[in-house]
Amino acid sequence: MNTIIDFINRYYKEILHYTSRHIYLVFVSVAIGIVIAVPLGILLSRHKKIAEPVIAGISAFQTIPGLVLLGFSMMIFGIGIKPAIIVLSLYSLLPILRNTYTGLIGVDASLKDAAKGIGMTKNEILFKVELPLSVSTIISGIRISTIYIISWATLAGLIGAGGLGDLIWIGLSTYSKDYILAGTIPAALLALIVSNLLELLQKLITPKGLKVKR
Amino acid sequence: MEIFEKSLEHLYLVFTATVFSVIVGVLLGIIAYRVKHLDKIILWLTDTLQTIPSLALLAFLMIFFGLGDLTLIIGLVLYSLLPITRNTYTGLKDVSPFLKDAAKGMGMSKMQRLLLVELPLSFPLIFVGIKIALVTSFSIAVLGVLIGAGGLGSIIYSGIQIQDVSMILKGAIPVTLMAIVFDIFMTFIEKRMIKKAKN
Repeated sequence: MNTIIDFINRYYKEILHYTSRHIYLVFVSVAIGIVIAVPLGILLSRHKKIAEPVIAGISAFQTIPGLVLLGFSMMIFGIGIKPAIIVLSLYSLLPILRNTYTGLIGVDASLKDAAKGIGMTKNEILFKVELPLSVSTIISGIRISTIYIISWATLAGLIGAGGLGDLIWIGLSTYSKDYILAGTIPAALLALIVSNLLELLQKLITPKGLKVKR
Repeated sequence: MEIFEKSLEHLYLVFTATVFSVIVGVLLGIIAYRVKHLDKIILWLTDTLQTIPSLALLAFLMIFFGLGDLTLIIGLVLYSLLPITRNTYTGLKDVSPFLKDAAKGMGMSKMQRLLLVELPLSFPLIFVGIKIALVTSFSIAVLGVLIGAGGLGSIIYSGIQIQDVSMILKGAIPVTLMAIVFDIFMTFIEKRMIKKAKN
């Protein structure tokens, strides 16, 4: 127990610094991902013919190892936080896009008909019927994305973006147990906490009518 | 020639890890299905393991297992458990209760029912879990270079260090290609199995 307190005493400043940088990286990337992916998902659900190839294309893109994309981005945009955010937000697109699309497609056609029947406009149907009914699926996409990005952001340390990857990297290259632990434990905790929080949000935000069904 | 050698090494690491994760994952899935109350704990554990960032998990394991292939394989196994365990568990659970009753009625023992009825019927779903595990392992194994393991990661990493695009591609193309080929091939088998099951 003493060693743990000792450890925290010695490294808390560094841990705080690198953790906040990590959170910043993840937050900005996922926010950009949401802003692009949700409208794109809505658009795709209106044009089903192009949806399949687009989603298949992004899926193939996702099999490219993270290290490779980060490496390329570094060559094009240089070292630092910018190339990392570009790659991370690109990578956060797919889960959100896919879930927005499947969520909207999955809304019961009879409900859409009913909405049309009571005289709702297209926009009203989207905002008052389709989106509320698929919001839980969309949030689950955001959760998957965020966990991925927390993991990928540790790699971003390799191209000079900062974050907990830096600590892990220092630890690995100098074979220092302390630095490895100072990087890995906060990274793992961050992923677990964020995952649970978003799961909770997903439960809270699900419309009452859908909860009863389960 | 180096690429060929490294690709084989990569394939070997991913395969070895997948074989072990199938053994452990299916066993855990069966235990979760059979033993009451353990299901939640097992699924939570595999879920948690996969939530941990991959670099963090590998670096953490390195403290205990040192540099080298073994650490990477252990990391890949831990990472692959979730899809396999979860799909085994769901597959076994979803076997129709009528079929389970019928097997009981024919006088089959618990073991016989598991091996002759329940596992074969849930195999397509378990197979999907194995596919997901295998395909993701290809890209995670690239990180092996950072903990002193072999594979294509070393080519990619040296390429990044000397900022050489063609060198990065030499490592990246085989990794991506292998992942895509296995994905397509296993999806094909999966579709045939589902077709057969329907007939």
